[in-house]
Amino acid sequence: MNTSSAIRLVAARELKVKIKDKTFLISTVFFLLFGLGSAVLPAIFGGGASSVAVADAATATTLRNAGLEVTQVGDEAAAEQAVRDGDVDAAVVTGGGDPKVLAMEDAPGDVVSALSVEPAVQLLDPDAVDPLLAYLVPFGFAVVFFFTSLTFGLQISQSVVEEKQTRIVEILVASVPTRALLAGKVIAGGVLALTQVALIAAVTVISLQLTDSGGLLSLVGPAIGWFVPFFVVGFVMLAALWAAAGALVNRLEDLQGVSMPLQLLVMLPFFLVVFLNDNKPVMTLLSYIPFSAPTAMPVRLFSGDAAAWEPLVALGIMVVAALALIAVGARVYEGSLLRTNGKISFGAAFRDKESRRLAEINK
Amino acid sequence: MTKVLHLEAINRSFGDRRVLRDVTFDVTAGRMTGFVGANGAGKTTSMRIILGVLAPDSGEVTWQGSKLTREDRRRFGYMPEERGLYPKMTVRDQLVYLGRLHGMTLDGVRRKVDELLEWLSLGERANDPVENLSLGNQQRAQIAAALVHDPDVLVLDEPFSGLDPMAVDTVVSVLREHTHRGVPVLFSSHQLDVVERLCDDLVIIADGGIRAAGSRDSLREAYTQRRFSLLVAGDAGWVRDLPGVSLVDLDGARAVFDLADDADDQVVLRAALERGPVRSFGPVTPSLAEIFREVTR
Repeated sequence: MNTSSAIRLVAARELKVKIKDKTFLISTVFFLLFGLGSAVLPAIFGGGASSVAVADAATATTLRNAGLEVTQVGDEAAAEQAVRDGDVDAAVVTGGGDPKVLAMEDAPGDVVSALSVEPAVQLLDPDAVDPLLAYLVPFGFAVVFFFTSLTFGLQISQSVVEEKQTRIVEILVASVPTRALLAGKVIAGGVLALTQVALIAAVTVISLQLTDSGGLLSLVGPAIGWFVPFFVVGFVMLAALWAAAGALVNRLEDLQGVSMPLQLLVMLPFFLVVFLNDNKPVMTLLSYIPFSAPTAMPVRLFSGDAAAWEPLVALGIMVVAALALIAVGARVYEGSLLRTNGKISFGAAFRDKESRRLAEINK
Repeated sequence: MTKVLHLEAINRSFGDRRVLRDVTFDVTAGRMTGFVGANGAGKTTSMRIILGVLAPDSGEVTWQGSKLTREDRRRFGYMPEERGLYPKMTVRDQLVYLGRLHGMTLDGVRRKVDELLEWLSLGERANDPVENLSLGNQQRAQIAAALVHDPDVLVLDEPFSGLDPMAVDTVVSVLREHTHRGVPVLFSSHQLDVVERLCDDLVIIADGGIRAAGSRDSLREAYTQRRFSLLVAGDAGWVRDLPGVSLVDLDGARAVFDLADDADDQVVLRAALERGPVRSFGPVTPSLAEIFREVTR
């Protein structure tokens, strides 16, 4: 049997086990609701056009031309009653003189402005994006990357510890190369994480399409499209390190401590992007640092701050970083996987010579 | 070339501690080789080196005359000292998985798993997660894991610990079936009585060095002193006065004694018959425990 079929078998087992796992199912459902909500909520908050009841035909035409939902009623008393009954948001009565807007609690701005003459306004620095969305979208990317990366990263660690703790690793290593075990786990974790992220992206795009208000999709769409490759590279970049963290300990209880630096590596960019996403120089920097790029670059693309070539460069930097970190992770993993007496330090595992000798005898 | 697993001058240290020194022995086709030694003597380290999960500092392991490769080792069956399978996976699923990792086809491994589970009386628990099994059944599942790919060589670290006598018999019959097909079996155990009953060959290790190795019978012979046991009708105390006799143990009518090289056992027997009826007289073969104590002293 060759290495690639060993990798396939290992990955298939990991997938089979994880798909039945409740954590995976629950987090997937949670994020799907999250994606749905983030698309639907702005439409709800933004509200639609007001409905308005009018008796006078000329006024009705004016309002209709302004894009309002107009109900023509018999007389002005009926119009007022329609407002009181809640059938419409507002009514316009003229009472023979100037038009008057009737509403229950709030003055309906769109009705008022349809009837008024406004001076022309020219904004010199227009906000491309609704302020609410400007906050929600970065938060959305950050949350999805943070939780998914952390969840599936930790799962890779746990699966390694489980094999060490039960010592089944000795049986596995006696039959397949260590690298095949590592690759199988990283691939399975990556496939699951990517599936989850792609599902969230798809649900968000579809629900945006269904509820599309004011071309939101055209703003968020490209950012989501870029987020997926950034996410994949960002996840794979850390995956071997997650596996290495698992291999450094012998018991699940010790995993928390040893994986802390990695957790911080995922957590820190999350907070930076959430809190500093309106600080352009910082975001520019973050969008090129491999650990924060998966969140920061899509956010910059969304707010229109990034040029077309920028995501490609950032992605290139990430790929280089990923190759380096995978090499480090794999070396630490191999250097510690078969050490079953106590915790091993990262450095000792990295310098370990045993694994190279083993590779020699296992040709 | 005969099917022999051979360890040649294996050395290994952990830090300053030398755990194996020039370990050399054979595991021969079709024979059960018992590997005995005190805790920490080097049994597990030797076995891990055979399986390639630990590298020797020097020396090499050969199989059928040539240096072991990963492909050879893939055809080995291994039961590690500290047991473990995936706790949440069913018995059947993990046996199928392990068989596949050893290069079996899905159909082939399914058939084999059914056969093994039947054999080890685990059929009813096949679809239970391993963590729900009793310790004895987990142990059987572990043995099944070592056998699932019809290995060419079996290396089992303490396969009988934690098994009740019935289960020991079941496992023994399964292992015997493998030796009959010409598979060399190396098993370690600290239960000397079990080893004594099962092994064809014996390897005794102490402080990282091989103290004795060979067939059980030849070892017995080698370590048999000229020791005899005599049971007479009356008191046997008189034996100590015969020339060349040194008394080991005396319990009324029974005497156990060693004979000097130039003394004749028949002289002692005749002397006993002159004094009255002799119920039994014969050489005493040492038990494995005695040999073990002798060579590891």
